[in-house]
Amino acid sequence: MLVSRSNASWKSEDRTSGQFPTGLRVLLVDDDNTCLKIVSSILKKCGYEVTQKSDAESALDLLRKNKNGYDIVISDVHMPDMDGFKLLEHIGLEMDLPVIMMSADDSKDVVLKGVTHGACDYLIKPISIEALKNIWQHVVRKKKQELKEKDFECSGISEDGEQQQISPENFDYSSSVNEVNYKNLKKRKDEEDDEEERDDTSALKKPRVVWSNDLHQQFVNAVHQLGIEKAVPKKILELMNVPGLTREKVASHLQKFRLYLRKASQHQSGRNNAFMGAPEASFGPMSLMNGRNRQPLTATGQIPSRSLATFQAAALSRPTATYVPIVDQRNIFRFETPKLTSEDDQQQLKNNVKQMNLFHGISSSMKPKQFATLHPFAQSSGDMNMEADYSAQMDQPQQMTQIFNDINGGNVSSFESSVGQPNFIKVIPSGVHGPTYNSLYQPSTPPGNSFPLLSNSGMSTLTSKGMLQEEVNSEMQQSRGFVSNYDVLGGLGKNTVQMVNSSLADNFLRIEGERQPDTGVQNNPFPRQLSEEDLFTAFFKQNSQNQSKMTLTLTDTSRTIFLSNKACMLQLSAFENMYIVAVTAEIDLSGS
Amino acid sequence: MSNSSSRERNLHRQLANMKHSLFDQGYLDEQFIQLEELQDEENPNFVEEVVSLYYWDSVRLIQNIEQALEQNPIDFAKLDNHMHQFKGSSCSIGAKKLKKECTQFEKYCKTGNGEGCKRTFQQVKKEYATLKKKLERYFQFARQVGCVEKACRPK
Repeated sequence: MLVSRSNASWKSEDRTSGQFPTGLRVLLVDDDNTCLKIVSSILKKCGYEVTQKSDAESALDLLRKNKNGYDIVISDVHMPDMDGFKLLEHIGLEMDLPVIMMSADDSKDVVLKGVTHGACDYLIKPISIEALKNIWQHVVRKKKQELKEKDFECSGISEDGEQQQISPENFDYSSSVNEVNYKNLKKRKDEEDDEEERDDTSALKKPRVVWSNDLHQQFVNAVHQLGIEKAVPKKILELMNVPGLTREKVASHLQKFRLYLRKASQHQSGRNNAFMGAPEASFGPMSLMNGRNRQPLTATGQIPSRSLATFQAAALSRPTATYVPIVDQRNIFRFETPKLTSEDDQQQLKNNVKQMNLFHGISSSMKPKQFATLHPFAQSSGDMNMEADYSAQMDQPQQMTQIFNDINGGNVSSFESSVGQPNFIKVIPSGVHGPTYNSLYQPSTPPGNSFPLLSNSGMSTLTSKGMLQEEVNSEMQQSRGFVSNYDVLGGLGKNTVQMVNSSLADNFLRIEGERQPDTGVQNNPFPRQLSEEDLFTAFFKQNSQNQSKMTLTLTDTSRTIFLSNKACMLQLSAFENMYIVAVTAEIDLSGS
Repeated sequence: MSNSSSRERNLHRQLANMKHSLFDQGYLDEQFIQLEELQDEENPNFVEEVVSLYYWDSVRLIQNIEQALEQNPIDFAKLDNHMHQFKGSSCSIGAKKLKKECTQFEKYCKTGNGEGCKRTFQQVKKEYATLKKKLERYFQFARQVGCVEKACRPK
């Protein structure tokens, strides 16, 4: 009899029988009792541990309750309560176990459907012993892939001087992979520790797919098109149709995406979403402080941008905050860093910060690396420990997602608004290394979904509800790491735009203060010029490294977002290596 | 002794012949052999158990099909679904002729040929009943042989 292994990982070395690995824990799902009995018997003969379920719901239930209890799932295609493909998707999304489909139907389109939904194999009934003998290869293959993906993700772990820890629960590994991956991750992080202080602009340790804006946008579109529930790597890969992109890369990316969604969903008030189980995960965009807090921001802006890194990390690593609808005048972005030049300002800042944000209270406990692990690109060479509070506009289905930029310490980006108006966005670059991806993603189906692009540990988001930060002080202009909020409102009149800019390789952007418009506080709501599209994409164009401007192009489907009554097109260019930059948008509402 | 052993041998041969004829006449296919391979000391009556389970379960499936055929108009999608289930089940015990009739039924179903479906279903039921009888006889005989084997086994 096989020893039941609940938590132990199934290792191929555990083979006791001569031929195939024994002890593989199989969950068998089929509404046909005859078939269930037969396949069960075959599996037992192969030395596997079998659990039978006659319907998909109870199987899914079982898997949810016992996430690490099974190595592989074999499921029938046609079942009365739930389509086998749907089950396949659920399992892929929630548990990421290998799934084998089986059916008496051998028509090509059904088989193809199985493949595109991510089944690792499709067996035609009647099932033979030969067919089931080698299913263990799927388990091993999957584990290897996951290991590879974890390595991949870790390669760009950013260090910011803080002890980075990856908490295993952040990653829903299948049980068997857990230990191995965790160890791998730890090892990788230790290696990365050495590079912490290195002012490394590229910081990529391995050649890898750079999730550029465009690429990520494609990914996001694909996921959006499929629906978050249905988005499996294979399908996404097909939809994206990018040569050279592998399923593993997509899977890794998707995993991060899911994790983000999960975290975001955890922040929703009243929602208790399981891991990606809630397709309606919405997360509000991160918002930066609104204009009112500009002042303190100004001061804090002088804080090395690296503080922003922490806040991005914090954002990702602290699922404790709750999203709160953005309220006017709410100071969302909070910088907490010992590097604040002005304690008063900081205090003021803090006072202004209303709660509801994710990263409330994050300080030293922030683990930028934690975040960084979610993104291979996330690298923050700076020691940012800024906190950002994010508020989500949960009530608004059309929320923009945030783009997180890594903020590197000490780098300031200058930004020029392309419009010759006194509106401009200040960008705080972070000397972050790594690819950025900036895209605003907002699926239309699940309300309020947004996927913040997390590139590095720092992030800045701009949110304002109908208000622009008019209060730009000249000091601010000259300060560095400040964040401003502005809401690009659409739909309900509010959109949140989070922009994260990647800084230049030379990491230096000057903040333009000259364009300071008048600083009267005007809380004019954003004009409803914004289209009410769900999808909001910010394009970051990559500039040459010498360029000292950051251009962020915020586009909705109509390609232009007007941030104020005056057309203000903000263009920020992203750079090859992602840097997190805090962007402050100041829009002059004074009517100039 | 030689009598019993030769009796044994005869019974075995008879049983084998029965099986061969079931295969030769196309009632069973390789899947049945798969089932026999799963039969071992731990599961000495595995094949019979599976077949019994099949016949017990499939009653419901046949009823579903009959009901669906009686609808007016016929919901062919649903009908196809029911038949798919029945066919899948039948395949797993290696019921070859039955499978063929089911496939024919499915063809008519896909073209929305209600009459064709009804006619074919009569065939399906006939094959279903015939196979059941033959298998019952086979298992009965197999048990007999088994008993004889046990009886003849040196104590």
